[in-house]
Amino acid sequence: MTRLTDDIIIRAVARIMIPFIQIYALYVIMHGHHSPGGGFQGGVILGASFILYLITHGLEEARARMSELKAGIFSASGLLIYSGIGLLCLILGSNFLDYGRLSLILKVIPAQARSLGILGVEIGVGITVMAVMFSIFFDISTGGIIPEDEEIKEENG
Amino acid sequence: MRVLLILTVVVTGLILIYGTQDMPDWGDPNSPPSTHVSPRYLEKTLAETATPNAVTSVLADYRGYDTLGETTVIFTAGVSCILILRTRKKQKKVDQNSNPDKT
Amino acid sequence: MFDFIVSKYNYWIYITLMMIGFYAMIGKKNLVKKVIGMNIFQTAIILFFISTASKRSATLPIIEHSHGHEEHVIEAASYLNPLPHVLMLTAIVVMVSTLGVALAILIKIYRRYNTLEEDEILQLKK
Repeated sequence: MTRLTDDIIIRAVARIMIPFIQIYALYVIMHGHHSPGGGFQGGVILGASFILYLITHGLEEARARMSELKAGIFSASGLLIYSGIGLLCLILGSNFLDYGRLSLILKVIPAQARSLGILGVEIGVGITVMAVMFSIFFDISTGGIIPEDEEIKEENG
Repeated sequence: MRVLLILTVVVTGLILIYGTQDMPDWGDPNSPPSTHVSPRYLEKTLAETATPNAVTSVLADYRGYDTLGETTVIFTAGVSCILILRTRKKQKKVDQNSNPDKT
Repeated sequence: MFDFIVSKYNYWIYITLMMIGFYAMIGKKNLVKKVIGMNIFQTAIILFFISTASKRSATLPIIEHSHGHEEHVIEAASYLNPLPHVLMLTAIVVMVSTLGVALAILIKIYRRYNTLEEDEILQLKK
């Protein structure tokens, strides 16, 4: 089971690095239209930043930032964003995931609406991939045995 | 036994190498994968989707349904990891009985 | 003959890699080594797909464009084939997810049998 490391250098470097990793991950997701990148790549980088936090700061602190329950909710909500955009296109009167019709509510030309629809879908994919990567690593590193909150307090006391 | 294994692997590899005679040459612009539908994606992506990166537009727009399926596969993998491993045991019991090497 | 080797040797490299993974999958007794072999096999297939996308003297499949929106002819031969990249992009992430599921199953097996050697597990099952 992962716990807080004793090495102050590792903790300090991780604390400095993690915001930059997350900003870079968001850049990779948002700039996927014009450069190599997209939802899958950015989601994996974002998940790696949370995994780095879990490795360096231990299970208890990491659960305060990103618990396994939150990861489950995020992974489902990313998929919901994806299929929700598809359903929105269906409601507006075109085919499933045919973003051109989003121009009715976005007030842009259909090509631009497609671009924005792609962006929304990529954000959904990124959220799902981030949460699933964290969730898988969390389960494997702890072996699936999650201590209850009261028990942690008892251990410390 | 080991000889048989190596023989199996080598024979399979040789059959596959024999099969590469009919594969397209490396870097051939007229190879089958790059002829039918991929030039259309490249030519129309900027006009139809206002997205210069053809990989992104094919991923999320032209083949969006495929990507929805792949995302579902990833989600299912995460859920099955949870279902296989996760147990909410009381930590005390685990410490006393089966987990003497406390982390 | 020389042309044949130059135009086909990339496939031979992937086949070599694939056969290393295949040997690990069928030859090794340890289940973790089998999973590693499966990953090598998948990597070989991904490399194979990516190599089908290549075109000689072509660049990344990101269309050159200016902000003025003037129309210019896009030659498909000067950009790489985007389709294998798309398919393998999703396949890589799915590969990582299946690796996670495989490791979870291995943890479960280890808890049940206290070993990851295949023959020992088969003996314990009898």
